Amino acid sequence: MTGGKINWHKWFRGLPFVIAIFLARHEMQAQQKEIRIAAAADLKFAMGELSETFEKQSGTKVNVTYGSSGNFFSQMQNGAPFDLFFSADIAYPQKLEADGLAEPGTLYEYAVGRIVIWTPADAKVDVAKQGWKALLDARVEKIAIANPEHAPYGRAAVAALQKTGIYESVKPKLVYGENISQAAQFVQSGNAQAGIVAMSLAVSPAMREGKRWEIPADLHPRIKQGAIVLKDARNKEAARAFLEFVKSAAGRAKLAEYGFAFPEKPAQ
Amino acid sequence: MEALWLSMKLAACVAAILLAIGVPVAYWLAYSTWRGKFLLESLVALPLVLPPTVLGFYALVAMGPRGPLGKLWIALFGHGLAFTFTGLILASVLYSFPFAVQPLIVSFEGVDRRLLDASAVLGAGTLRTFWRVILPLSLPGVVTAAVLSFAHTLGEFGVVLMVGGDLAGVTRTVSIDIYDRVQSLQYGEANRMALVLLAISFSVLSVVYAVNRRVWSPWPAK
Repeated sequence: MTGGKINWHKWFRGLPFVIAIFLARHEMQAQQKEIRIAAAADLKFAMGELSETFEKQSGTKVNVTYGSSGNFFSQMQNGAPFDLFFSADIAYPQKLEADGLAEPGTLYEYAVGRIVIWTPADAKVDVAKQGWKALLDARVEKIAIANPEHAPYGRAAVAALQKTGIYESVKPKLVYGENISQAAQFVQSGNAQAGIVAMSLAVSPAMREGKRWEIPADLHPRIKQGAIVLKDARNKEAARAFLEFVKSAAGRAKLAEYGFAFPEKPAQ
Repeated sequence: MEALWLSMKLAACVAAILLAIGVPVAYWLAYSTWRGKFLLESLVALPLVLPPTVLGFYALVAMGPRGPLGKLWIALFGHGLAFTFTGLILASVLYSFPFAVQPLIVSFEGVDRRLLDASAVLGAGTLRTFWRVILPLSLPGVVTAAVLSFAHTLGEFGVVLMVGGDLAGVTRTVSIDIYDRVQSLQYGEANRMALVLLAISFSVLSVVYAVNRRVWSPWPAK
């Protein structure tokens, strides 16, 4: 090997210095022109377009991580380095604010979630025509919903099933996804025949072709979605600017396009 | 506690099945002289390096009505495999396979060849040699295989999350239950379950190391 020619000792002594330079560069770049957003799984498609437009307008780079709101909440309590949090449940940002982990006055209800009963296009039942009665069909053996214990969409699904009075009869068919995306994935893979998922996922490219029926908003508690700027945000100005952009007419139009409703106007 | 009991049941079933399948597979891998053996060895070791997301994803697709396994299962039993206890057993057997097979191979290979020759010279067939010579001499390996596959299944999370559907008493194993509790911010409950799991895992691993270090042995000394 040519390794004999290299003075490894010298090289290794220089290594921490090199790493330090890289880290410092990385830090500087991050401080200047980047915001980090933690976004609920149901925002997957809408947030991609929102951040793209914002990047073009402002020159600030937007880094989005998608996941479960509850997970993000625990991580933020333990100092996760996010600037902005878009939660599927406004209770989490509210709690962050109460705990003094968020910027006071930045809490904003950016949207209201809508839920739909969704089946693949080739399903044997026609959910678009039958509505919730399709779930009672014997050919629907499994119904996927998000886990009602910790996912807001799961809670809304259970509430709607209870309100229509079919909860007890469909309960044995229910299977639980860890979040709303996984519930959708159970149906898409064919392991469940129907699912109650977020409208924002049902209109996404992968699921657009399927059949869906929107569960009327008066059948479930409102799925209030909240965003907040975090106290430890490294780039508060840019984070606030992004939030303002989401509040703007253009931002709201994008959210509406991806199946979100707004607090002032009940979903159709 | 229901979740813990379910996990124990799953782990016991998986360990039993893995011993039954693992012993012949390990025997073949230890003694075969086929040149292409390394391919099979790699295949067996795959679950060690593949992330549970890959295994879980394939399992979910394979068990679905468009997957080969799902099709077969629906034809035989009239329902799919995902979200069932049987489905979990199947996925776990795949996931823990190397944990049963690797220790068995090592201990089979460690048996002194001269003893095998002696057994053959004395007129014992392959099967008789296996039962009377190889297996008794490989007991620590068998115990290790059983205990490791039990423990590994007990600690399984990703694959169960992906094909289980979180049904209480059916597919909600203890690791999923802990995850759910952390998600619902019930840290106290999560902590209690996690501690129990920690204690069990530690005791189980202690058994493996004690047996291998011959601190004590579950069978009489010869």
